[in-house]
Amino acid sequence: MSSLRKTVDKIKPYFEKGGKFEYLHSTFEAFETFLFVPDTTTTSGSHIRDYIDMKRTMTIVVLALTPLLLFGMWNVGYQHFLSYGEEASLWQNFWFGFLKVFPILVVSYVVGLGIEFAFAQVRGHEVNEGFLVTGFLIPLIVPPDTPLWMVALATAFAVIIGKEVFGGTGMNILNPALLARAFLFFAYPQDMSGEKVWIAEKADAFSGATPLGKLLVGEPLSTLPHASDMFWGLIPGSIGETSTFLILLGGLFLIITGIGSWRVMLSVFIGGFGLAGFLWILAHYTGVDNAYMSIPPYYHLIMGGFAFGAVFMATDPVTAAQTNKGKWIYGILIGVLVIIIRVFNPAYPEGMMLAILLMNVFAPLIDHFVVEANIKKRLKRIKVQTVK
Amino acid sequence: MSNNRESLFSAKNRKLLLTPLSKENPITIQVLGICSALAVTVKLQPAFVMAVSVMAVLAVGNVLISALRKTIAPRIRIIVQLVVIASLVILVDQVLKAFVYDISKQLSVFVGLIITNCIIMGRFEAFAMSNKPWPAFLDGIGNAAGYGLILIIVAFFRELFGSGTLWGYKVIPQGFYEFGYKDNGLMILPPMALIVVGIIIWVQRSKDKELIEDK
Repeated sequence: MSSLRKTVDKIKPYFEKGGKFEYLHSTFEAFETFLFVPDTTTTSGSHIRDYIDMKRTMTIVVLALTPLLLFGMWNVGYQHFLSYGEEASLWQNFWFGFLKVFPILVVSYVVGLGIEFAFAQVRGHEVNEGFLVTGFLIPLIVPPDTPLWMVALATAFAVIIGKEVFGGTGMNILNPALLARAFLFFAYPQDMSGEKVWIAEKADAFSGATPLGKLLVGEPLSTLPHASDMFWGLIPGSIGETSTFLILLGGLFLIITGIGSWRVMLSVFIGGFGLAGFLWILAHYTGVDNAYMSIPPYYHLIMGGFAFGAVFMATDPVTAAQTNKGKWIYGILIGVLVIIIRVFNPAYPEGMMLAILLMNVFAPLIDHFVVEANIKKRLKRIKVQTVK
Repeated sequence: MSNNRESLFSAKNRKLLLTPLSKENPITIQVLGICSALAVTVKLQPAFVMAVSVMAVLAVGNVLISALRKTIAPRIRIIVQLVVIASLVILVDQVLKAFVYDISKQLSVFVGLIITNCIIMGRFEAFAMSNKPWPAFLDGIGNAAGYGLILIIVAFFRELFGSGTLWGYKVIPQGFYEFGYKDNGLMILPPMALIVVGIIIWVQRSKDKELIEDK
């Protein structure tokens, strides 16, 4: 460790003012602070700070996501060989998936970080760390067969239009990773939906529909995978979102480390389960023939991107509501909207992405009213005292 | 009066014609007429026809309003302006139906909606009501050209990336598609027009620092 520190210190002068590579200052700084916690002291504002800065925060989220990526790689291989009816070993499955997923991960990072570094150099500010997580999320939420140029284009779109135009990390209105997915979803619908895309190089005769896709075309409940398969993640889907179990594990890790908001996670599940349960009861008593309504409500929570969105997307500290009360409202509305889109919109089998993006837009408004309500409450208290 | 008449294209008049193309652009600076910019820019051809139609309405309307400006009672000026716009739009609509029926069908309701285009009412109010017919004519042409310019730029990118064509002709070679290239469906949807307009504004403002307001 100390030899690394020495090397960094040795080359540091080159990047300082007047040095040979002064123009690369922000690039150097990004790497230095990535390796070592910066030793700068606070000069203004609040003086009590956590040792956890943004780079450390991002690393923890990446740690929470890693099991999902590894499982996703294995599952891509598993689904592929399953579609041919072949038995494959753990390593065969994993290796097949690795070759599919790893290029997507590399493309997402290279393109995204390339743009981040370029903007940081031109604008002369530090390189934002936000992309460490975004770049990891993008491969997890696309189908395994997504062409790499599409990944590159979507990443560029998300970073430039979703983040840099608003002023970089912390200023964005929409979650950049979800924006990348929304871009792909609307730009290249054939590659992002339907039953062909969810299994990499699948056998033609094999139906590759996700559970939600099956419900959309009205297949009976009995054709759905077993609930335990959906919980453990042995179903086709986007690379990293199939295993509800690992998602919950990652969520638990985020809650324990204090990075993710348990209020948002819990309220999304409450909102989704509440409305799904209500509709389920309604379907039972009225006999409405809607496949989405008649499945047991907890199915909604383990199918599609619900859990992944609730744990990793809705909790994004930049785009979520900031106040505690606001977080409950924000989360519950996301859960409710997902179910509304799934059940009542015949065009989209899945609604998590759209629900979160929509609530991202409303989050500042929710916060505004929460804060205003608090101010009003306190003002009333003052008045009462003056009357006495 | 006649001896101090300024020439038809004096510096002042040239300015009327040219500033709406850049510094006073109705779409990117004043942010007017956005709704039709989103609606008709999927392809170049309709966008061009729309730009020409707006130019005809705005130039002729500006002249008419300017000629009438001393006889219009201020209290009813909006009604008078609307009557002028509506008659001109009906004329334009009939001409389009007669000569370019296909495009007129593509533009559908948006020709009629020129009536509600804020740029037109805006120019009547801001310029034609207080200026002579010739400058009003130039102002109309200039503003419509500024509007049309943005429409055509937006339509160029949307048609190229959304449909792979320009002016209805295939420009992206078949080989690209065989390599896995696909037309971008998002380009055809209205949000992308808004984003393209946004990017144009971004480019314009970063080139012309005068446009950036003080904080």
